[in-house]
Amino acid sequence: MTSAAEVSTAISASALTKHYDDFVAVDGIDLEVERGELFALLGPNGAGKTTTIKMLCCLLRPTAGTASVMGHDVSTDPLGVKSVIALSPQETAIAEHVSAWDNLSLMAGSHGIDKATAKARSGELLEMMGLVDRADERVKKYSGGMKRRLSIAMALVTEPQVLFLDEPTLGLDPQSRRAIWSYIEELKGETTILLTTHYLEEADALADRIEIIDEAKIVALGTPDELKGSISDGQVTVVEAAGMTADAIEALRQTYPEVKATATGVEIEGSVVNLYDIQDVLRPRGIVVESSYQKQVTLDDVFLELTGKQLRE
Amino acid sequence: MRSAELTKRNFKEVWRDPISLALTIGLPVLMLVVLQALKNADDFFSPSSLAPGVAVFGFVMLMFSAAMSLSRDRESSLFSRLLTTPLKPSEFATGYSLPYLPVAIIQAIVIFAIAAVFGLEISGSAVLVAFILLVCAVMFIALGMIIGSLFTQNQVPFVYMVILLLAIFGGAWVDVESIGGVFKTVGDWFPFAHALSAARDVMSTGAGFSDVSGDLSWLVGYTVIIVGFALIAFRRKMVE
Repeated sequence: MTSAAEVSTAISASALTKHYDDFVAVDGIDLEVERGELFALLGPNGAGKTTTIKMLCCLLRPTAGTASVMGHDVSTDPLGVKSVIALSPQETAIAEHVSAWDNLSLMAGSHGIDKATAKARSGELLEMMGLVDRADERVKKYSGGMKRRLSIAMALVTEPQVLFLDEPTLGLDPQSRRAIWSYIEELKGETTILLTTHYLEEADALADRIEIIDEAKIVALGTPDELKGSISDGQVTVVEAAGMTADAIEALRQTYPEVKATATGVEIEGSVVNLYDIQDVLRPRGIVVESSYQKQVTLDDVFLELTGKQLRE
Repeated sequence: MRSAELTKRNFKEVWRDPISLALTIGLPVLMLVVLQALKNADDFFSPSSLAPGVAVFGFVMLMFSAAMSLSRDRESSLFSRLLTTPLKPSEFATGYSLPYLPVAIIQAIVIFAIAAVFGLEISGSAVLVAFILLVCAVMFIALGMIIGSLFTQNQVPFVYMVILLLAIFGGAWVDVESIGGVFKTVGDWFPFAHALSAARDVMSTGAGFSDVSGDLSWLVGYTVIIVGFALIAFRRKMVE
């Protein structure tokens, strides 16, 4: 075992695999997360993100491969792993019949943190999460957003070295989602965070690096800009034209092999597009270009490019 | 102690479910009152004979309650979250079982207090009776932990029925001594018969520790084994 102070890599996984009989939930993924990094696993539901997190948190035994957290091996030193991590699970994981104070004390106590420290940290977190006024109430009376904020606070009260946030904003309204993003932003740099999400905007806004996972496999890794830049020059030209036909798209493909049909017309990778050429193709077919503009490549475009599927919020 | 907060949380959960608590304490009391109202001259229905049996019925209900609660919790994401803390299996087991011990003690006190109204007499040592019942309570709570660890909420009631039948074979509420045969043979394999026999002997005949040491060995032996299995069950469920 390596001491926590010595390791620069907070999370490391090599060929990590999980099978359930014939079903492959995670298929030999590799992962290197640096200390203090906010790393996102992005992928659709069922891609294998939660299973990966569960193996890293010692809740699931890997079928094959190895993984370690702050130098502690998940298979041979689970208590070492558990002493440096905290998990905020996908579902709101709170005790409903006790107060927010009790919930936070439960997590702090389970990590062996003394009462005075637990109380001080709990007070700060309740303040930060806007729960201090109702901290003595039983949490079953809380709204969904309040419960989720408490659930995240429960992961923070132990001041973990590595924080696993599994879909932290799933099902929340945009306002609550942005509030949680700002809490996560505050932790960046100090705490290593592994975030799973299927919200593209979330990964784009928060993550230092993103690993895209689909059908149990890693399909891409990079910073948000690197991933978006992997498609042409990071720009997409959108051409809106009603009545687009397959014949017209095929004709456009002679000049722009990456052309894609959309609900309102076509999209062409890159910013260097000659609109006159496009009109020359479309006009003889009775199709009129209504507008054209350029937009930044999104992670959705990257996901579509890599997997042939769209990952919508 | 790392399990203190878990114990506290579970204690609050138990005491904040008044319906379940009322049933766990109230039903055995109702049973005692009804059986006393229906009693004839039969010795088996005397308060001294019946009170330990009714206390065991209460413990079986408590076992059911503990098993259901653990099984429900086990399927919750809070439990997954707790499994990512450094709590050890023994600390989990303590945190989930300890809150039920005060309930068991209150159950037994209430049952024996009401039995006293009906004329309960304890010929032997009341401390020895209390010890037997305490070991019995620990055994049933540990059984609840095993059942709650291994079975789903839908399966728990069926396992409860099996334990209830075994307790009946043990002579909790029927006079197995007079029925004899296979009922008695099966009953004697399990600890319930021995717990009841020991408690009744102390209460009715004034038997001392050495007189009931055989039955007590069965009870304590089974309790140690059941607590051990409960720890193994917790350990197994900590990583899927």
